[in-house]
Formats: sequence, C-alpha cells, structure tokens
Amino acid sequence: MNGFFDIPSDLQHSWLGLIGLHLREALLPVLAGLLVALPLSQLCVRFRWLYPPVLWVTTVLYAIPSLAFFVVLIDYTGQTELTVMIPLTVYTLVILVPAIVDGVRSVPQETLAAATAMGFGPVRRYVQVQLPIAVPAIIAGLRVATVSSISLVSVGALIGNQGALGNLINDANIYNRPELAVNAVVTMAVLAILADGLLVAVRLLLTPWMPSGARARRAPRPEPEVAAR
Amino acid sequence: MIRIDSVTKRYPDGTVAVDRLSLEIPDRSITVLVGPSGCGKTTTLRMINRMVEPSEGTILIDGKDSRQQPVNTLRRSMGYVIQNAGLFQHRTIVDNIATVPRMLGWGKEKARARARELMERVGLDGSLAKRYPYQLSGGQQQRVGVARALAADPPVLLMDEPFSAVDPIVRKGLQDELLRIQDELGKTIVFVTHDIDEAVKIGTMVAVMRTGGKLAQYAPPAELLSNPADAFVEDFLGTDRGIRRLSFFPSAGLRLLTTPVVAVDATAEQIAARATAEAPYLLVTDMDGRPLGWSEPGDLTAGGVDPARLLPYGRPFVAGTDSLRAALDCAVLSPTGWAVGVDAEGRVTGVVSQQTIGEAIRGAHAKGRTDAEAAR
Ligand SMILES: Nc1ncnc2c1ncn2[C@@H]1O[C@H](COP(=O)(O)OP(=O)(O)OP(=O)(O)O)[C@@H](O)[C@H]1O
Ligand SMILES: [Mg+2]
Repeated sequence: MNGFFDIPSDLQHSWLGLIGLHLREALLPVLAGLLVALPLSQLCVRFRWLYPPVLWVTTVLYAIPSLAFFVVLIDYTGQTELTVMIPLTVYTLVILVPAIVDGVRSVPQETLAAATAMGFGPVRRYVQVQLPIAVPAIIAGLRVATVSSISLVSVGALIGNQGALGNLINDANIYNRPELAVNAVVTMAVLAILADGLLVAVRLLLTPWMPSGARARRAPRPEPEVAAR
Repeated sequence: MIRIDSVTKRYPDGTVAVDRLSLEIPDRSITVLVGPSGCGKTTTLRMINRMVEPSEGTILIDGKDSRQQPVNTLRRSMGYVIQNAGLFQHRTIVDNIATVPRMLGWGKEKARARARELMERVGLDGSLAKRYPYQLSGGQQQRVGVARALAADPPVLLMDEPFSAVDPIVRKGLQDELLRIQDELGKTIVFVTHDIDEAVKIGTMVAVMRTGGKLAQYAPPAELLSNPADAFVEDFLGTDRGIRRLSFFPSAGLRLLTTPVVAVDATAEQIAARATAEAPYLLVTDMDGRPLGWSEPGDLTAGGVDPARLLPYGRPFVAGTDSLRAALDCAVLSPTGWAVGVDAEGRVTGVVSQQTIGEAIRGAHAKGRTDAEAAR
C-alpha cells in the first residue's frame, strides 16, 4: 500500500484536491442538465408532439463520443474543465428529460382537474402541483445521471489534465504504479455511492407525503370509524 | 342564479356532448344532473366554471355572461368536488383545505384556522389535520374534498360524482352530511351523479339527461317519480319507483293504535283488556317502552315472556318524521303485517297495519292530484 495516496506532481493536486475537482466536474453538469431539462420537459408535456423529436435528439447526442465533442469544443473553450462539462451536461438529458416527463405525466387527472377548477394558472399549477408530485421520479433520474456522470468525468484525461481521478489511471500506466488505478476506481465508486445515498436522503426529506414502509408503520392508517365520526 | 341558455358543446373530434341544453338552476338549493354514462353531465358541469368552453349558447351567472369575468376569478367563486377527491397528495390535510384561501391572499395562520373549522364542519377529526392524503380512508378523503371546496366560502358548489367511489354505507353518511351542511350554509349546488336514488334523495330539482346531451326531464324528485316525461325517464327511474315515491309522503297523518301494546310485565287482566278484535297481535315492549316483538294474545302469560317466542317487528319507523315508505317497509318486514311507530328515543308510540298504511297512501295520492289541479 506504499504510496497509495502519493499523487504524482504532474496532476497538480493532492488526493483530496482531485476529489474536489472530480465532484465539481461531475455534479455541475448534472445541475446544468437539470436546469435545461426542467423547462424542456414542461414543453414536452404541454405540447405532446414535441416529446418524440426531443427524445430522439437527446439519444443521438448521447451517442456522440465525448472525443468528438472535445475536438469541436477545444477551439472555443480550450483544454478546460468547461470542455469536459459541456458534453457531460448534454449526456444527462437523455436520462433527465424522460424522467421528468414521466413524473409530471404521472400526476393523476383528478388532481390536475381539481387544481384547474380551483383557479390555478398553468405556471402555478406546474410549480405547486406537478413538480412536487414529480419529485420522486426526478430524483430517480438524478441518481442515475449523477452516478454515470461521476464515472464519465475520467474521459477528461483525453484532453490533458481535466480527468480528475481519471488522470490517476493514466498516471498508473505512465509511472507503472497500478495502486494509483485501484485508488482511482475505488474512490470514484465510493463517491458514487455517497452521492447516491445523499440523493436518497434528499428524496425522503422532500416527500414526507409518500407512503413508505417505515413511515406507514409509524403513522398507521386510522380505522374508518375512529376518525370519520 | 345560474342560467344555462341553449348551450351546445361539440368537442374537436365532432362528438356532440351537450345539445342545446337549457336549465335554470335555482339559488340555495341542490340541482342534480343525472343520466347514463356519457350523456354529457361532466361536460355540462365543467362548462359552468369554464373548464370546458361552450361551442354555442351562453351561461349566465346572476344575469351576467360567465365569460365577462377572468376565468380564474370565476373558478375561485365556485367550489369543485370530484370523484376520488383529487386531493394534492403532497400537501397535508389542512394545507389541502387551505389552498384557495391562500391563493386569495389570506395569511397562513388565518387560512389554517379556517381549514380546521371546516374539518369540523364536514365531520373530520382535528387529529387528521397534519396527515397526508394517503393516510386517510376513501370516505375521509371525500370529506376533505368537500371541505376544500367550501374553504373560501364560495356561493356555488359544483360536485361531479363526489360519492361514487365509496361503499354504500359511507356514501349514505356523506349524503346525509351534505344535506346537513346544505341546511346550514345554503349553497347553490350542482351535483352530478349517475345514481338515480342519490339524485332523488338529495336533489331539490333533478335534471335527467339522455345520451347525446339532451335534457329528458327537469322536475322536483317527487314529480319525477309520479310523472316521468317519457319511456326513457320511466326506464331510468327503475322498477320500484312507486315504492320510492312513498319517501315523499309524510307519515305524520297515520293513525297509530296504542291499544295492542303491552309491557313485558303486564298482568293477565291487562293482556285480556288489550287483546281487541282490531288487532290480532299484541306488541310486547320492555320496561322503557322499547319494542321486543309481537305475540298472539293467547301465547302471553302474565309476568314475563320468552323473547325467543316473539315474532320479529322489523325496523320501526319514527312516527311523524319518517316517510310512509319507512312505515310500509316496517309493516312488510314483520310477519304480522303491522308496523311499529316509535319516537326519537325509540319508545313505542303506537302500531299500524298495512291496511291503514295503504289507505294513507291512497289519501296522499288523492291529495297530490288535487294539489296539482289547484296549481294548474
Ligand atoms: N375531451 C373530449 N374530447 C372528445 N370527446 C369527449 C371529451 N370529453 C368527453 N367527451 C365525450 O363527450 C360525451 C360526454 O362526456 P361526459 O364526460 O360529459 O359524460 P358524463 O355524462 O359525465 O359520463 P360519465 O357518467 O361516464 O362520467 C361522451 O361521449 C364523451 O366520450
Ligand atoms: Mg362524468
């Protein structure tokens, strides 16, 4: 295990520094993807015909290799983090758009009718009713997007020093230090598991209204005759 | 008053859901729209709050075209209750009920206080306030739906099959509750159902619609039952409309006999004195005057009876309050053919035979005819 945390100096970061960089490069794209996906999904819900072409475009974009993106982007954004994060943002859309659209569509017709009948305008209805009810589906999408983004950051190594923990794998080759590759893979796995756990916790926090095993036991459904008087 | 004036709704696919419908919906009463599935009830209801826009015709609210005011203002002046309640699953019960007051700009505390007041009004225990909809039974959710619609005290209440997803016993409870609330609040209620019994029970006026969105008959329930406009309405009312119509005849005029009633501890002389030719049976009551069962005078001995040997007395009717239907039902349920009248506390006030009830029914019919002629 000697030198497990000894990071070669060409990476210009300590182990913790690499983790910080890795998280930033992985999570900012997910956040940006969410910000793009939310309005895009709402358009797809309002105009049904828009959904199939949008889905098609996100799938095609997902099929473009990151290297191809880099080749195009490097002329504009150089060998920077941004060049890594733009394709990662684009990739999250293929997961987030369908997740949000399905979530928003899963809101029961009666609930929507009730909201409309109470005088909710379309914007208020989206923000106060559809979005909160879609939270479980959105977070399910975010979990997949986050984990995949954390592993995808490594491709940044292709444009030099932008792969964060991914560059460790590169260095393992160059310096013939296989323990660095093990370090990179294990650290990324742990980050992915932690990020995933965090999202689950956020979901539980945001949706006290969801029937779940544990919660249902704590607050049992009342017998009808007790409370209906 | 809501006036629907020759309104037609044609959906984009060409379906004519409502066809030149005209209805005057009186204030402070329950108007029921009833008819087979797909006859345009929901469409009609939703045209009132403009969730559906009429293709032709106008809807006047207190004499003004409903299109004159902003649509969300119109909607907030009308409570809306639907099947399965349509509650916001992500909000607690109080917050569900407080939705419209909050939208109208009330403070959080005031809106919640109002919500709790309404929970009480619709018969929901205050302990449910902080729960989420999934933690409530169907009947309780439906009550929350009614409370939510009443929250901003709108003059109009639109209800679309609000009670059809709950079992018959809960439904009856909800109907009774609605009638009680209506007695207190006097809203203008438009109520959609496909259940003619529900329509007859709660409606002040009943509009029967037929497939194609046409009005078949618009009348008070008693008149609907006695005078169906055509074969369709008659068919829709079902086979026992004669019996059901008795619900509208009061039992107040029934002559109850008090002689054929003995307490369980009666002496031999009392039993002999009460066995008259008028009634072949004697009703035995407990010491408080509550009915135990019927017996032939010969089977009774002084100072105690074997309850197992008494004949059943059916389900007593509350004399003066219940209808002739309840009285007849009681008489038919007992093998003796006699009905037992009780007071509000369940103590026997007298008994009456099928024959006497039959005379009362004939009398009520005759009175109905003369009233109708006088009205003409
Ligand atoms: N959005 C729509 N587009 C096209 N046709 C519709 C639409 N909504 C309803 N219809 C049609 O209009 C007719 C009346 O529908 P409506 O929902 O008013 O009936 P209803 O009396 O409420 O029926 P139910 O008792 O089943 O609820 C039906 O034939 C229905 O198929
Ligand atoms: Mg309907």
